[in-house]
This record gives sequence, structure tokens and C-alpha cells, in this order.
Amino acid sequence: MPRKTMIEAIRDAMDVSMGRDEHVVVFGEDVGFFGGVFRCTQGLQAKYGSSRCFDAPINESGIVGAAIGMAAYGLRPCVEVQFADYVYPGYDQIVSEAARLRYRSNGDFTCPIVIRMPTGGGIFGGQTHSQSPEALFTHVSGLKVVVPSNPHDAKGLLISAIEDPDPVIFLEPKRLYNGPFDGHHERPVTPWSKHELGEVADGHYTVPLGRAAIRRAGAALTVLAYGTMVYVAAAAAEENGIDAEIIDLRTLLPLDLDTIVASVKKTGRCVVVHEATLTSGFGAELASLVQENCFYHLEAPVARVAGWDTPYPHAQEWDYFPGPARVGRALVAAMEA
Amino acid sequence: MTDAGMLRFHVPEPEVRPGGAPDFSNVTIPKAGSVPRPEVDVDPRTIRDLAFSIIRVLNRSGEAVGPWAGLLSDDELLEGLRHMMTLRTFDARMQMAQRQGKTSFYMQHLGEEAVSCAFRKALAPGDMNFPTYRQAGLLIAGGYPMVTMMNQIYSNEADPLKGRQLPIMYSSKEHGFFSISGNLATQYIQAVGWAMASAISGDKRIAAGWIGDGSTAESDFHAALVFASTYKAPVVLNVVNNQWAISTFQGIARGGSGTFAARGLGFGIPALRVDGNDYLAVHAVAKWAVERARRNLGPTLVEYVTYRAGAHSTSDDPSAYRPKAESDAWPLGDPVIRLKNHLIHRGLWSDERHAQAEAEILDTVIAAQKEAENHGTLHSGNKPSIRDMFEGVYEEMPPHLRRQRQQAGV
Repeated sequence: MPRKTMIEAIRDAMDVSMGRDEHVVVFGEDVGFFGGVFRCTQGLQAKYGSSRCFDAPINESGIVGAAIGMAAYGLRPCVEVQFADYVYPGYDQIVSEAARLRYRSNGDFTCPIVIRMPTGGGIFGGQTHSQSPEALFTHVSGLKVVVPSNPHDAKGLLISAIEDPDPVIFLEPKRLYNGPFDGHHERPVTPWSKHELGEVADGHYTVPLGRAAIRRAGAALTVLAYGTMVYVAAAAAEENGIDAEIIDLRTLLPLDLDTIVASVKKTGRCVVVHEATLTSGFGAELASLVQENCFYHLEAPVARVAGWDTPYPHAQEWDYFPGPARVGRALVAAMEA
Repeated sequence: MTDAGMLRFHVPEPEVRPGGAPDFSNVTIPKAGSVPRPEVDVDPRTIRDLAFSIIRVLNRSGEAVGPWAGLLSDDELLEGLRHMMTLRTFDARMQMAQRQGKTSFYMQHLGEEAVSCAFRKALAPGDMNFPTYRQAGLLIAGGYPMVTMMNQIYSNEADPLKGRQLPIMYSSKEHGFFSISGNLATQYIQAVGWAMASAISGDKRIAAGWIGDGSTAESDFHAALVFASTYKAPVVLNVVNNQWAISTFQGIARGGSGTFAARGLGFGIPALRVDGNDYLAVHAVAKWAVERARRNLGPTLVEYVTYRAGAHSTSDDPSAYRPKAESDAWPLGDPVIRLKNHLIHRGLWSDERHAQAEAEILDTVIAAQKEAENHGTLHSGNKPSIRDMFEGVYEEMPPHLRRQRQQAGV
């Protein structure tokens, strides 16, 4: 099976979707002729024409708002916000409009749009090229929120998102675009061509929304993670000799609670890991759900490892990013509790 | 270097506040018939003056004059009068229903009836409006059932929106009326997106965006103008300048210095300013802009100069911030009376027939109201089910919502 980078897989998902459904349109800043600042839309304009893939003015509210109008018409826009850090001007359109259109019109109008945005840190992106704003979307009823961690899932999840009848926030960990990353920044990056999850089937396939994947089966402890943290957690468990069950959530909303609960009831311990800041982060929801559903099976408090409650710094990149050492300490502490 | 003195902060103030005598002497009203009517494929650069004038058809004597006149048949004019009168009566009854506690909230169109009623008649089936909360004339003139509007206002068992929406936030795809949102200006850019989609699809349908003077200050107004201009979207961008945004006069959104229509010029969008209380002028300008869009000539921005004669909403008391008699002093008058006088002038109407029509319309509205109230009102009678509260968040209900619905006991 061919191996692809996450960038190629994402591009492939849009290519396949545009080829199958003429209602799929792709636009955003620098998305058209140039093919995107991360090359995710390279070649799409040449292949499908500038009516299907085009550049947009620098206005996130405009991009999302226009997409909502197009979806109300009957198209299926898959739009890009250049960095998740720049989604805020479009937030009103996402929260007040896209998320609620079906509900408030009782299905008279619907909003099948996908908003792709590169997310996450670990790239010396500083304050406005590193944020992980997923909790700002998981708090919004009517949205679906997806974070893939590998090329295979990225393609299958993106095709599912484009075909989904409701608005999907599709967060792409840019640290994973070219290869998996376990937080060991001092080591050379392994390309996706060396990783089995870099295998991306040609043509159409889907990975269903709302279902987690168990990346490593284990008996001692459950790790709930998504995006880059899946690899960090795996490295931390390996380095500390902990038989962790690592769950890649893949979709944060709606959440695959059954897989989580089954795992924690088996292991009795749970550590939640995310890059985003701690307070009111998505980890709080996860910890709360585990506590509510697994209380009598828990051997230790549910622990959270997250970004600090500060803006994302530049020089202190590796003291901010929850790397394998910090995650490892939390895993050991959870085992000893 | 000269000493310019200390800087001073500027906050615009309306000419008059409560207790003062209304004064519109600073509002320049061009003569009816004085503004030329360009061809729809005119070079936008050559008609910049139209953004600073006011297109008017009906003069003081009730005659239709000038190049924008003569587009409507007698029957269409009579129908237009009936639509405006119906909207006004509907408003009055729903306002009263709110006072009687039958609903929580209402917003009138008093004085602005011509804008949405006349615009609606310039559209073709399939075109889509993206209205604000003050364009129900689009529904009345579009033949949407009045009972259904009332069911929505009462949030009763027959409410098409299942009690989820605040009163007057209607939605009807079938009638070309996009779902109303409480968030201002959001629909303006969505209208542009809808129009872009129509062009992408090689369709013939066009869109119309709606916004008030106050909301032009919102960022999405700017977004809409950029996108509409960039992609030459088949959209009519309507600005209803009724002088007031709740208690805030139009000067706070920087009206008065320049015009709202003129905002379009910087984007290369042709812009027209029209007498919003002149049914014939509104219709003629709407038709012009709609034709431009339909012929793929791109967007048009239209400013309707009118006056919000009523309170902002049932929760508002305008006497706290503007003179009581200000609407009477408004130089463009009342749209219903002006069309009525025109029809009388033409020998098509009379005071007697007008009074008779008023009575008939009132009967029709009261009958609709009775029918709606049989389906319940906000605090009495039948209601949408509690189950409906959980439906429609997504196409398929996800597990967490199913659990919450069970917790709610439904």
C-alpha cells in the first residue's frame, strides 16, 4: 500500500471528495493557485478549476460565513483557516451560525461544512502558530470536532467529515504533517514513509467520526490522548516500562465514551494528555466523564498533563510542550498512587 | 511646530433629544424624479453620485414622476398597498398579543413596510433573502401563511421551529427566507456565500442580503462587501437606514458623514440610495439591482432611507432617547399613506375603499390569530414537546444527547 505524509493524505481526501461530488468546494487563504502554505491543496485548482478551489480574502469570518451560505444553498464547502490560532475572527460564524443552523431552522437549512485548521505546537511557532483551541469548539453544541494523528486516519476522517451532514471542525496537528513526533526534539524526525500508519489506500475510504482507536493495548493504565500526544504518551509509557493502554480519541465531539469507559474499568487508572492549556481544557471534560462513569473502578485519581496556563511561548518551547519526560512522570505517579 | 492644543475626544450626538423639537432640516431630500436611471450594465464608476442622492418616484402630490416610474401595473400597486397594510395590521395585533402575555417578544416594522414588501416583488421564485428581524414584509408579500408566522411567534404546537427560536426569528427555505439569527450582520456574508454558490453551480438564482444602519458597523458587513466584490457575486446588498439602532442614532455607526450606500464605492460596488418610504422607488431600484445580479454583472449596494417609527422592540421605550413626535416630522412621510394617495390620485382608490380594506385586513388577521391561538400561545394551550428540544442539534442524535434526553425524562 502506498505511504503518504499527512499533508498528502489530507490533499488526497479533498481530491477524492471533489472527484466524487461536484458540490464539494475548497477555499481559504492561499489555498488556490499556490496550493496552501502547507501544500495541503496543491494541484486541486489545476485539476478542478478555480470555481471549485480558490483563494479567499484574508477574513476568517468571511471564509466561514460564505461557506455557511454556500452550504445553505446546497454545496459542501471544505474551507481552510490558515492556523487554528487565527480562527477567532470566524468564531461568531462558527458558534452562532454553523453550529445552530439546523437546530434553529428545524432542519429547514443545514450546514454541511468542514473547517480545516492546522493546530498544535512543537514547532517553535510561538503564541500565534501553536495553539490548540479544541475546547472552544467541544463546548459548542451542534459542532463535531476531529483531530487525526496519522495519514491513514487523516484521509479517512476528512472524507467522513466532508460527507457528514453537520459542521465539522477538523484540527490538523501540523507537527505531525511530515512524520510522527514523540516529543524527542533532539532526535531526527522519522518520516511517515517509515511508519505503518503512513499507509494510505488510494481512492475512497472513510474512518467513522465518533470512534476512538486503541493504539497500544495495555492492562496497567489508560492514557486518553489525541494528535501529537498519542506518540508522546506511547514514548513515555515505553521509556518507563508501563503497560499503558493508549487511546487515540480521534473525534472529541461526539466522544467515544464506550471505548474510554471499557478501558478504564479494565485498568483502573487514567491519565489525560493534551497540548492545550489545562484550565477548562478538554481534559477536564474527559476527567469528569471518567470519574462519573468509572468511579468504583478507579485505583488512583484521574491525572491530567497539559500545556501550562500561559500563552504559548517561543524560547521556552520544550518547557511548555508536554513532552515524554513530563508525561512519563505522570504515568509513574498514577501507577504509584 | 505649531501648538495644536490638547486633543479632544469626539462622540457624535443626534440633533435632538427628548423634550426637543424634531429637526430634520439637515436631511437633504432631492425632488422626486430628479435622479437619473442608468442602464444596469453601466460602468459603476460613472454613477457614483447615486450613492449620495435619494432616488424618489412619488412626489408631494402623489404623482409618480421621473425615470424610475412606471414599472408597476395598477393591480401590482393595489397589491402592494394591501401587503403594507397587512404587515402593519399584523404588527399591531402581535404587539398587542405581546402586551397580553401571549408571547414574550415582538418587533414591529412601523414606517418601514415599503422596504421589504416592495423588494419581495422584484425577486423571482428560487431567489433567497438573508433577512434581519425587520423584513417580515418579505413573507407577507411572498404569500407565506400568516397563521404559520403567528404559530412561530406563539411558540405553540404548530410552530414550524418547534419552540426553539425567539419570536419573529422565522425560517422558510420554500419562501426564499433564510433562517433569522439573533447575531447581527452574520447573514450578510452568508448571503454573499449563497450567491457565490449559485454562480459556482451555474444557476440563475440570486441572493439578497439585509442589514440595518447600526449593524453596518459589524465586521461581517465589511466581509460581505469584500467577498461580494472579489467574486462578483450575484447578490443585492440591502442597507435599511431607519436612523436608529435601538437608542443609538445612525451617527454612531458613522452615518450622516457620507452615506451607507457610499460604503460600497470603496469596494467597486455600485451603490444606490433610495427613498425607503416610496413603494414605487423601492421596487424600481430593487428590480434594477436584481437584474444586475441576474445578468452576472455583480453585486449592488442599496441604502433605503427610512425611519423606524415604532419602538425598537416590545422591550424598548423610544421616548427615553428621542423626541416623541420625531416620526411625524420625518420628511419622507408614511409609506402606506403615500402609496394610498398615489392610488387615489390615479383614480384607483378612495378613502372609503381604504377604510373598507383596513377593516377586511383586520378581520383576516384576527381570524388567523384565532386559528393560531387554537394551537396554543407561549403560556397556555399546546406546546412543542420537550423531546423536540433535543432533536435537530445534529442530523443524528449522538450518544451524549440521548443520555441527556433520558435524564430529562423524555
